[in-house]
Amino acid sequence: MVSLKTDIGSISLERPGIVASGIMDETGPSMVRMIESGAGAVVTKSVGLEPNAGHANPCFTEVAGGYVNAMGLPNPGIELFGEEMAVAVPKGKIIGSIYGAGPDDFSTLAGRMEDYGACAVELNLSCPHAKGYGMEVGTDPAMVKAIVSAVKSTVSIPVWAKLTPNTHILGDIGMAVQDAGGDAVVAINTLKAMVICPEIGKPLLSNKFGGLSGSAVKPVGVRAVYDLRTVLDIPIVGVGGIETWRDAAEYIMAGASAFQIGSAIGTVGTDVFARINEGLSAFMEEYDYTSIADMTGVAHD
Amino acid sequence: MTDVVTIKEVVQECYDTKTFKFDWDAEARPGQFIMVWIPGVDEIPMSISGIDGREKSITVKAIGEATRRLHEFEAGDRLRIRGPYGNGYDLARGELLIIGGGVGTASIMPAVTASGADTIIAARTHNDIIMDGIAQRHAKNLWIATDDGSRGFHGNAVQLMKEKVAEKHYDCVVACGPEVMLWFTYQACKELGLDCQLSLERYMKCGAGVCGCCVMDDSRVCRDGPVFDNLKLAQLTEFGKSNRDACGRTVKFR
Repeated sequence: MVSLKTDIGSISLERPGIVASGIMDETGPSMVRMIESGAGAVVTKSVGLEPNAGHANPCFTEVAGGYVNAMGLPNPGIELFGEEMAVAVPKGKIIGSIYGAGPDDFSTLAGRMEDYGACAVELNLSCPHAKGYGMEVGTDPAMVKAIVSAVKSTVSIPVWAKLTPNTHILGDIGMAVQDAGGDAVVAINTLKAMVICPEIGKPLLSNKFGGLSGSAVKPVGVRAVYDLRTVLDIPIVGVGGIETWRDAAEYIMAGASAFQIGSAIGTVGTDVFARINEGLSAFMEEYDYTSIADMTGVAHD
Repeated sequence: MTDVVTIKEVVQECYDTKTFKFDWDAEARPGQFIMVWIPGVDEIPMSISGIDGREKSITVKAIGEATRRLHEFEAGDRLRIRGPYGNGYDLARGELLIIGGGVGTASIMPAVTASGADTIIAARTHNDIIMDGIAQRHAKNLWIATDDGSRGFHGNAVQLMKEKVAEKHYDCVVACGPEVMLWFTYQACKELGLDCQLSLERYMKCGAGVCGCCVMDDSRVCRDGPVFDNLKLAQLTEFGKSNRDACGRTVKFR
């Protein structure tokens, strides 16, 4: 009998698909809806110390193979986010995504997320379009190590670090997370990108550059997970362009213990988790994989 | 889909409202909307106010910086748009009574031209009535209501709706307008035992059902809406009560 149950370190999920940060996760009721749509867990919008409106519109557009966005980390701030967590936490596993400028910010935010009942925190070390945050702190292994260490010494829930593909030292950053006691890495965030409108002669996004997500980035994400698996011992959560069970299977075979879905909630719909759960079960049945762990990393020699 | 379209014609609907017509091959349904880029200023959701084969239009009331800048656009200028988004109205719900309040009239006009159903256009004064000419050509009956009685029925859209429902059988009310009007339309329909489909509005970023910024309770106005029927409206605790700002903070209406 095939089981979709999976463990990411000490966290056990009934289903391996998780809602990625930034998609249908700004409010309690929308997170509940995604849990009820077949997701094993939901990662919240990245929350900071203060309310943030994000970048002005336009901050999103469709492109071939996905989306380019520069939302700019909109969120109501950690204080008010407690109201959303109070709605969502009783209904399922909620992973609190947080962003900050350094170890102190991250520690404070992680503590609040733990108080709110998050089952883990995900450190946003990878947003490509927020000045002073995200990948600007997440591409320096020393800074990553300092942030993860600080958070680890503050909270008792697992600490995940979401990494950027916009670096040539992904392995070093993954090692920094592991050395600092991080419980898992999540890869990948969006690829830094730009869209120009020829008729207007200007970049479309108000922030000029943003992040590419969707099916176009999937091979990059699969490669990143594969690379990370060769250097890390801690679990990996794969994310980037997953729309079908085949995509999910690629990430798992590259070395992921679970996967996240963001853009496909738009391109496929909110039923994307239910579809993938069904397809993955059928595939595992046919190919004699009894569990996700059984399939994790099989693409490696 | 994303596209750059050329404005063919600009129609002055009233002192502060203009319609911009352009050819666009996208398939659009009454009640859907597009995101319109005003370079250097903003990108805003606009109801599709006309669907005539390839020709589509938006109807813009100058109320903020983005809409005022949009009013400077002329025939020959180009607009970068994306969409169409949203579910649109279901016109196969029996005998319809369609109501447009203020610039909300833009949203219901494609439903009027497609269905020919009885229509009410309401506004504050006779100066604020828009699109009555095209409605007159397509609707079986057109009634006008103004708050100050300067044209047509003296009173608001909901008061006139109640009179018309008392005179004739309708199966479903279709409406777009200010949320306070829609709230009372919903309450009136509930009392009268009438179904309704109301088009709502919330602050939007992506428009495509991805970011979740425009949710009311668990529903995305951009993708699950903007049109919600009475069954769904009954579950939306934020309807008529509150919206969320760009940070996602709840803002109560009163």
